[in-house]
Amino acid sequence: MSAVNPSASAAVVVERTSMVFNRGRSNQVDALADIDLVVAPRDFVALIGPSGCGKSTLLRLIANLIEPTSGTVLVNGKSARQSRLDQDYGMAFQQSGLFEWRTVRKNIELPLELKGWGKSQRRERADEMLELVQLAEFGDHLPWQLSGGMQQRVAIARALAAHPPLLLMDEPFGALDEMTREHMQAELLRICDAADTTVVFVTHSIPEAVYLATRVVVMSARPGRITDVIDVDLGSERDEDTREDDAFFKKITEVREALRSGEATPPASVRGIEDR
Amino acid sequence: MNVLRSVGRIIVPPLIVGALFVGTWELIVRIFDIKPYLLPAPSAIWTALVDNVDKVWDAMMVTGANALVGLVFGVICGVALSFVLMRFNVLNELVTPLAVALNAIPIIVLVPVFNNMFSSTTEVPRRLMVTLVVSFIVLVNVAKGLRQVSPIHMELMHSYAASKSEILRKTRIPNALSYLFTALKIAAPVAVITAFVAEYFGGSQNGLGYGITSNAAVSRTAASWAYVIGACALGLAFYAAAVLLERFASPSRRPASSSSANRTSRSQPQQHTGGLAPGGAMT
Repeated sequence: MSAVNPSASAAVVVERTSMVFNRGRSNQVDALADIDLVVAPRDFVALIGPSGCGKSTLLRLIANLIEPTSGTVLVNGKSARQSRLDQDYGMAFQQSGLFEWRTVRKNIELPLELKGWGKSQRRERADEMLELVQLAEFGDHLPWQLSGGMQQRVAIARALAAHPPLLLMDEPFGALDEMTREHMQAELLRICDAADTTVVFVTHSIPEAVYLATRVVVMSARPGRITDVIDVDLGSERDEDTREDDAFFKKITEVREALRSGEATPPASVRGIEDR
Repeated sequence: MNVLRSVGRIIVPPLIVGALFVGTWELIVRIFDIKPYLLPAPSAIWTALVDNVDKVWDAMMVTGANALVGLVFGVICGVALSFVLMRFNVLNELVTPLAVALNAIPIIVLVPVFNNMFSSTTEVPRRLMVTLVVSFIVLVNVAKGLRQVSPIHMELMHSYAASKSEILRKTRIPNALSYLFTALKIAAPVAVITAFVAEYFGGSQNGLGYGITSNAAVSRTAASWAYVIGACALGLAFYAAAVLLERFASPSRRPASSSSANRTSRSQPQQHTGGLAPGGAMT
């Protein structure tokens, strides 16, 4: 964000973007209203907010899995659609979404297959990714033979296989237990550091957002808006000690208060937010 | 060693139950002196089977061929139709409820009509009947497998900018494959049942169904039962072939789910043949 014109070199630019589902019908939903967001390269942005605030919708707009009702979304200086066609980003969801009929290695190779990579090249990269997520000896296993945390690591390896400059994640650790989750968070930071990846990360856990992100984007619901953006600077090396740091707790409090004040204006309840 | 033990654990208990059942049957027939034309003793059925083994075998081949031809054509038709339905959404909405409804009708009653439409001295009406029954089972299942792809897989494929044909090849078809094998495991024994029940409605006199009815008509009950044993063996052979085909074609499937699926569906042919399954074990 040091650039004079941040949007020129930004990884993601969302400008005056709104998203309305079922427009004009009785079940019309204003999912997002007038969103402006700029994500600089190598930023780790966490989107946090109550259920129904449109954070997943915003992520899907960036991924071009849906088209906005109005506004523009640019990814790596191109339209979101062009970026999707160029496979400029990798994506991971709450469920690992592995293809159960493919081995772990073949799952990681899938995005490369669709990019038209050759066989040996694919295999080499898949092995490299398996190394990165520390599952080297599990390449020939099938997804069901792995634990939930391991499956999620495979999903992240798959998302990063093509070395995309951008990683989009929708509550990827939401289904994991607390221990695995903290371990995975540390792994994710290590992996993204190693690969210079920009991340947009949807979560409903405040500690997760604060621990991972360089910026926490606080959203409120109906219509989904960005109410606050909080910079987090916990030093370049975040480890297990960071979680017991005073600065860490201060930021958690700051995000929590931002969430509450966002809720105060329209009286919507803050549901689905984990305080732990 | 472990494999032997687990195979033993699967095979031994039903063998014991079967032996007990057959033994009790034999005892009851002897103690109460039940007339052979009502219920022949297993030993009498065994004798009848040994005496008629060539005829029963020939009849099994005829009925088996009808079932196999119908099964193969039924699978081809069912798979082809499910692809057509997937391609054309409108057609899908029109045909799928129809297919489900038709599946609930005992279409076997159409055999006499087929016998009139085609020459009843050929095997065509019976094979057609099997084809019809099998293709509905395959259609309903495979169409479901092609359509009900996990939403996450779809979003991922879109995020990879995958084309329609790539989504078909890498997501829909592999997804539908397990549905196809499920359909096959249901359809294989049903094909046998359909093939020999179709013989009850007339036509050429060479199959298992004819063997059962003709012998029962002249009170040669033991011989009738010998053909029933042939029918059991045929049904089990078809089911086993379907299971083996699945193992062979997709060894990568999760064993827990496939074995539990086997266990539940294995009880199906036994239910169809009722108490006769132990007789099959006797052969």
